[in-house]
Amino acid sequence: MTTRLKRADAVIIGIGWSGSILARELTKAGLKVVGLERGKFRTPENDFALPYIRDELKYAVRQELILDPSLETMTLRHAPSETALPLRRFGAFMPGMGLGGAGTIWNGMTWRFTPWEHQLKSRIVERYGKSALADELTISDWAMSYDELEPYYDRFEKLCGTSGKAGNLQGRLIEGGNIFEGPRRSDYPNPPLTQSLGGELFAAAAKSLGYHPYPTPSANLSREYRNPEGALLNPTIFCGHCDRFGCATNSKASPNSTILPALLQEPLFELRTDSWATQIVYDKAARKATAVRYVDMTNGEEIEQPADIVLLCAYPFSNTKLLLLSGIGAAYDPATGRGAVGKNYCYQVTGNVPVFFEDEEINPFMATGANAMNIDDLNGDNFDHGDLGFFGGALIFASPVHGRPIMGRFTPPGTPRWGRAWKEATAKWYNHAFTVHASGANLAHRENYLDLDPTYRDKLGQPLVRMTYTFHDNDLKLSAYTTAKAAEIATAMKPTILGTPMPRRGNFNVVPYQSTHNTGGTIMGVDPKASVVNRYLQSWDADNLFVVGASNFPQNPGHPPTGAVGALAYWAADAITKRYLKTPSALVPA
Amino acid sequence: MAEADYLTLTQAEAAFLTAAADTIIPADALSPSASQCGVIDFIDCELAGPYGEGARLYRDGPILKGKPEHGYQLGLSPREFFRQGIAAAETWTQARFGKSFAALDEAERQTVFTEIESGKAVFDNFDAREFFDALIAIVMEGFFADPYYGGNRDMAGWKMIGYPGLPADYQHAMEHQRGKRIALKPRSIGDYA
Repeated sequence: MTTRLKRADAVIIGIGWSGSILARELTKAGLKVVGLERGKFRTPENDFALPYIRDELKYAVRQELILDPSLETMTLRHAPSETALPLRRFGAFMPGMGLGGAGTIWNGMTWRFTPWEHQLKSRIVERYGKSALADELTISDWAMSYDELEPYYDRFEKLCGTSGKAGNLQGRLIEGGNIFEGPRRSDYPNPPLTQSLGGELFAAAAKSLGYHPYPTPSANLSREYRNPEGALLNPTIFCGHCDRFGCATNSKASPNSTILPALLQEPLFELRTDSWATQIVYDKAARKATAVRYVDMTNGEEIEQPADIVLLCAYPFSNTKLLLLSGIGAAYDPATGRGAVGKNYCYQVTGNVPVFFEDEEINPFMATGANAMNIDDLNGDNFDHGDLGFFGGALIFASPVHGRPIMGRFTPPGTPRWGRAWKEATAKWYNHAFTVHASGANLAHRENYLDLDPTYRDKLGQPLVRMTYTFHDNDLKLSAYTTAKAAEIATAMKPTILGTPMPRRGNFNVVPYQSTHNTGGTIMGVDPKASVVNRYLQSWDADNLFVVGASNFPQNPGHPPTGAVGALAYWAADAITKRYLKTPSALVPA
Repeated sequence: MAEADYLTLTQAEAAFLTAAADTIIPADALSPSASQCGVIDFIDCELAGPYGEGARLYRDGPILKGKPEHGYQLGLSPREFFRQGIAAAETWTQARFGKSFAALDEAERQTVFTEIESGKAVFDNFDAREFFDALIAIVMEGFFADPYYGGNRDMAGWKMIGYPGLPADYQHAMEHQRGKRIALKPRSIGDYA
């Protein structure tokens, strides 16, 4: 029996970054909003407090704040001809769970995508010719330009109190910032963090090779800051517990620290945690989403929440799954290229090179998740791809991210994994090593996509999302090239020992952690047949349904995604409150 | 230690784990051995608790053999995994040396590990390398996790590498001690709780 509740103006699925921003903006416009969050209610005071939050085993190794795979996971196969098997534990990536979602447990890197990244396909074709682009790369442009999204990137940075240094202020290039970024209307709200020794060693080497190092735009704050929502954020204490942890000091911007304090006080907002959305009720003839069905995880009760507007704001896997389960839009078929739901799932193509400095005290435990020195010289199309055989590039950066002792120990190549020699090397090098990273773009590929697994089920008996995914030719060449370049910079740092450069080779492996930058599945576009949502992130198949998040990205650039996730949420909120509410209908003719 | 002193390990399993953990982390000038640091108690608690029972592990079937890139694909909880893995290792050791693992001298134990890593040691019905990888992982967890969990006694693991533990407030150090040795007496959750 399904309990049917009273109609709300809007219902939001998933209260992470996108969901909390949209809830805040819609309630400001006077709408009565219900927020459905599958995970638990959490506040920094109660759930991220000292001393218990400094527990690497509980949070980083056993993954307390990560989606519980026994509730829901994904399956993986590397090609459509194979049988997919479930990810029984999470390793390569860590989907969030609980109020704040992945926004609670991120590192805090807050990039904007560049103008080139917004127009990736047309700019590649323009520079290299249509024939240079392999047919298997199903890339496309974003449905809005950088200039259109710029004010919203700016809003998200001000919400977070992002600490950084502008490299392009209204067209004026500024040395020491990222000169490859798009023009920004204003500088970051806070100055960059004090750089780590590791970051400085990297920056000096990068500069000596003619590159343009700049500090990470960081949502770990450099100073006390009150954001436009009235939330007070503190300067970071460099505790080394960002990723996989909630922040004990309110110095990492998260939905919990920046927006939920105000949103939870808002009478027009009703939050329901432990509420697992299972279906969007869809009236195909009317092209409307009429309600959301969900299960109250505390008692198993099935509930239907009718609403005038439905906002799907979960992680890319869940956004895709809910559309497929609800029969909204056509599922993507890699054989024909038809259908768009599940299309262009992308990940991050990472590589790294450890470096060891006998005479430098690196203090890797003295770190935040988003404090590094970076170069964009080998990212996007900032270098000539003429005869390289791939497109896209990588953000290359270095700094210790954390020195947590179970997971953050480096030993030189050839060190055994156990015994006296392991002990000696670990004791000797723990405080003298860090890693140069390459965060590479992942261009969409015809055979990389999401659909519903025919065999494996989640805790509620629904199919798991099946990932058909591996690294293809463009990815492997990109990773080999950018990791080799990272190794050149690492060599120029003159380390005592250069670690083994590790580009991606072979198939996608779910075991070693790589990145939680999963994108695509409900991509934006200008063609209703080739995309799931229009430029306002409005479903082509239901004009009162908006799908918002990294699932909108047509492909995944080298820059981390969260700045763009926040910008898209503000962009969609503006489209709803300023356009859709005036005339509730399709904002772009299909 | 009497069997009743363990929550889930049998005495034979505890003897195996003690010998194995102390081969992975032997006593020397850098630290006491793993078992002296409480690592066996740590493993016992972990395997007796929710982790050992398979919390946060997707266990639905069908259970199929995947590629290495699929990661863990057994239907076993960690408790069952270690029980079967230890039994398989003991059977192999008996066949190879005519003694239990705990009765081997250190050089022989090192030979076992080296043969597992090289692929020379093949256990009956159990992947020797998968078992050894998991064994190293749980021993390292016990040696480096907060002493709250029973291992890393006296913060020996943290002292060995110079990890200062809690409260991890480096705002001042970042400005004034960057590039210098941070000689803090380590503290753990128990020092603040």
